[in-house]
Order: sequence, then structure tokens, then C-alpha cells
Amino acid sequence: MARAATMNGASVAYKMRKFLASKHFTRGTLAVIGFFVLWQAGSMGLMPFMHAIPTPVTVAEAFWEFMGTGKYWQSWMDSTLRVTYGFVAAQILGIPLGLGMGWNRNFKDFTYPLFELMRPIPPLAWVPVSILFWPTNESSIAFITFIGAFFTIVVNVLGGVSAIPRQLVDAAVSFGASPRQVFWRIVLPATIPSIVTGMMVGIGITWNVVIAAEMIAGNTGLGRLTWEAYLAGHTPGIIVGMISIGLAGYVSSMAVKMIGDWLMPWKKVF
Amino acid sequence: MNTPEAACRASEGAMSIRDVGKIYDPEGVHVVALKNCSLEIAAGEFVAIVGPSGCGKSTLLNTIAGFDGLTSGEILLDGEPLATVDKDPSPGPDRVVVFQHGALFPWKTVLENVTYGPVAQGAMSEEAANKRAQEMLSRVGLNDIETSYPGQLSSGMQRRVEIIRALINNPKVLLLDEPFRAMDTVTKSASHQYLLELYDATGKTIFFITHDLEEAIFLADKVLVMTTRPGYIKKTLQVNLPRPRQYSMLASEEFLAMKAQLVEAVHEEAVKAFEAGEREMA
Repeated sequence: MARAATMNGASVAYKMRKFLASKHFTRGTLAVIGFFVLWQAGSMGLMPFMHAIPTPVTVAEAFWEFMGTGKYWQSWMDSTLRVTYGFVAAQILGIPLGLGMGWNRNFKDFTYPLFELMRPIPPLAWVPVSILFWPTNESSIAFITFIGAFFTIVVNVLGGVSAIPRQLVDAAVSFGASPRQVFWRIVLPATIPSIVTGMMVGIGITWNVVIAAEMIAGNTGLGRLTWEAYLAGHTPGIIVGMISIGLAGYVSSMAVKMIGDWLMPWKKVF
Repeated sequence: MNTPEAACRASEGAMSIRDVGKIYDPEGVHVVALKNCSLEIAAGEFVAIVGPSGCGKSTLLNTIAGFDGLTSGEILLDGEPLATVDKDPSPGPDRVVVFQHGALFPWKTVLENVTYGPVAQGAMSEEAANKRAQEMLSRVGLNDIETSYPGQLSSGMQRRVEIIRALINNPKVLLLDEPFRAMDTVTKSASHQYLLELYDATGKTIFFITHDLEEAIFLADKVLVMTTRPGYIKKTLQVNLPRPRQYSMLASEEFLAMKAQLVEAVHEEAVKAFEAGEREMA
């Protein structure tokens, strides 16, 4: 892409090497190490309320055990797929809905009240209805992750369209753009930063709701794993599940950030 | 005007603004922005409009540009009705605007911004538009920035790009809404230089809104003072300084005398506007 040459020209590998050598990476690493040191000290009785929490070493041992099982890796696969289905479906439906509401007053009049009524309903509350409605457990699970990302993307896109400076549209019209061109060439690109923000927030929420979603059924999934460890009273297992979800969420938001940087070469995501 | 530059002035772009009125009606409160506003602009003339804030300068520009309709009167471009009470406002590439706060598309490179108009209209192939854009950009000292995004340029450069983006459409009239408002003195005077060079080279009709009286006299052939709301033209000042304009003219007696006239006329209106504002607040 020639247009990207000025801002995003450096290769991913080069940027990665540069990042790993930077002070930003060093600081982040130090913070993570510091967190584990404090945790170890805390669970050894050096901090109040923390004596019941297993130490990082115990958790690491449990982690090692989990990693030796096929079920653990299957859980990564399954949860990633479920989150991806829900997330992608939320973008496919949510982005046009937000654009439509922002651009067409009549459409907004019809859709917005209903949308606002449904938005506050917690994903967990959707679980029973979802089980009754969807034919398979997998589709019910993906639906819950969809709910997590859908409302966020719509609100962001709607906000983005409403915030487009009027003079951008005026300029395009006076240069002879048709209404269709204004929509595709001005409104859509002007909304991309808001779409990317919505995606960044949304991917986090899909992982937030993965336990609720995977309560529905199945033997695998990072949420399911955590839930089962809780039911079995296996505290180190719960923490392994929590850390795994955290890692999965981190990796997926990095992927979304890369998509965002690719979508808007004129601007950095953050 | 008997200057040699007059020869290369455009033969089109003459505007008649006749008894134009514009009433806004937000929630039933009548706001009369323009009332019996009339002015004549000759083809290729550089006209500057000054007046207090909120006097309807931008409203007038928006009606000419076709962003807003009229409630009375008519506007003619080269004798053809451009805007009337019955006609829906229609913007077009024959009268393009350079906006107060800038309207470059942030997601397009400089080259894509400049070629937007001709390509959207289907007036030029992308290749031809690129070539033309590069020629025009280099004429105002903007080489090697074609692939930059507007966010990477200084405000002065952004304005130059925006003026080029307007001119590439070969408009009959160029409408400039306080384009140099937020600039520091140095950038501003450099921008004046570029605008004057472009004007001398193209001879386009220019309609230029500003707050800055010196800027108005220095750039224009004719400075019009607008009244506070409801806006109409209160005073016309013919500027007979020869072109090309030189900075030394800013200190000439002739210039200072014209400025004094304008200061007086604008001050009166500013006081009225201020008092009206006080009344509205009370």
C-alpha cells in the first residue's frame, strides 16, 4: 500500500524488535514481575486478607498441569472461536446499524428506543432465553459473546457519525459528490476511528462475558474451565483460568489494534 | 482598473446579490440574519467582507455556496439565477469554499484530497488529476508532501493545500471563510503572499470573509462592511492600491487612511452588536 508508506511503512518484525528494546516494554515487564513478587509476599502471610490465596508458585504448578492436558488447549481453541464468532457478528450487524442510526433520522426514530431498552440488559440475563431460542449450545454461547460486543460498537459508531464535522460533508458536496459518494467516501471513513474504538472496547467485553456464555454447556472453554474449578473448590485452577482469559484478551486486543492501525493509516489507535 | 493584471482576470464569475434576506427560525424564534443585502461583484474581482462577529457574513457565504436557502431576494452568477426563494440550495464545484476551521479530509493524503473534486465529478481521470494537482502544489511550494496526511502538515501548509484543492475545480468563484483566522503573524503574511500570487495568476473572483481589516485592505479590490444583525452592506471601500501588492504598502498613508475609515465603520457596528447582545442577555 503506497498510501501507508509515510506512517505505517516499517515492517511488523522491525516494529516488534524496536518495541522489545524500548523503555515502554521494560516498564511493563517490571510491573508484571513486581505484581507477582507482591502476590507471593502477600500469600506467604505478609499482607492481610491474602493468606487464603494460593501463591504464584502453587498456581504455576497448577498451570503446568493444565498445560499438559489436551482439554486446556482445546479450551483455548473453543473460547477463541466463540468469541470470534460473537465479535465478528457484532461488527457485521452493529456497524451498519450505528451508521444507519447516525445518518438517517427516520431510521434512528424507529430503532433507537428499542436499542436503548435492550442495551442495559446484562449478558448473563440473556443466558436462559438464549438457550431456549438457539438450536445448538454453541450458537447460544456465541450469541452471549455477541451481546457483549454489539451494543458497544453501535453506540460508538452512532457517536462517531454524529460527530462528523459538517464542513467535511459540505466540502464534499460542493466538490460534486453525490449522496452515495458522501456516505461511502466521507461518512464511512470519518467514522473509522470510532469503529476502531468500539472494536477495542468490544473485544474486551466479549472476553468479560465468556464465563457467563460458557456456563450454558460444554466441557471445554476457558470460561468453563474456570467455572468448573470453582465448583470443585480448586482455587489454583480458578486463577489459572483467570490468567488464561486475561492472556487471551490481551492477545485479541493486540490483534484488533493491528487491524485498527491498518484501517486508519492517518492515525494511531493509541 | 488599469493594471496589467486586469488583462488576465477571468471573464466569468460575476455575481449579483439582490435584496437577499435570510431568516432562521429555530424553535419559533425569528433570527433575521440577512435583510435586504445587496452587492455586486465583477468577474475576477477580489472582494473582502468585514463586520462584527455573528453579523451574517458566514450566512451570506453559505447562501452563495448553496449550503443554505434564502428567504427573500436572489443571487445571480453570470446572469443566471444561482439561488432564489423557490430554488432548493444546491452546492456545486463552480463556487467552492475554503472553510474557517479547515475541511481537509484527514483520512486522505494531500494528493487524494486535492484530486477529490475533479475525480468525484468525473471531470478528470485520476491520472490527469494527479498530474494537475502536482503542478499546482509545486506552484505554491508544496513539493514532496503528496503522500502526507493533513494531520502531518502545519496549519499554513494545510491552508495552502485547501486553497489548491478548491482551485483545481476551476471554480468561477472562490469563497474563503476567514481562512487565516487562527494563524500567527508570520504564517499569515506568508499565506497572504501565496493567495495573492494565486489570485494574480488565475484572476478568479474571490469572496473573502475576515475580521482582520488590514488583511482585507491588503488583499482585496473592494472591502465591504456589513452591519450587525440583520446584516446588509453598510459601506463599500474601493481599494486602489496597484497589484502586485507589496508589504511596504501597509505603511503608506493611503493604506492607513483606508484603515481608519474601516475601523470607524466596523467599530460602530461592533458597539451595536454588543448592546444587542446585552439586551438579549437581559
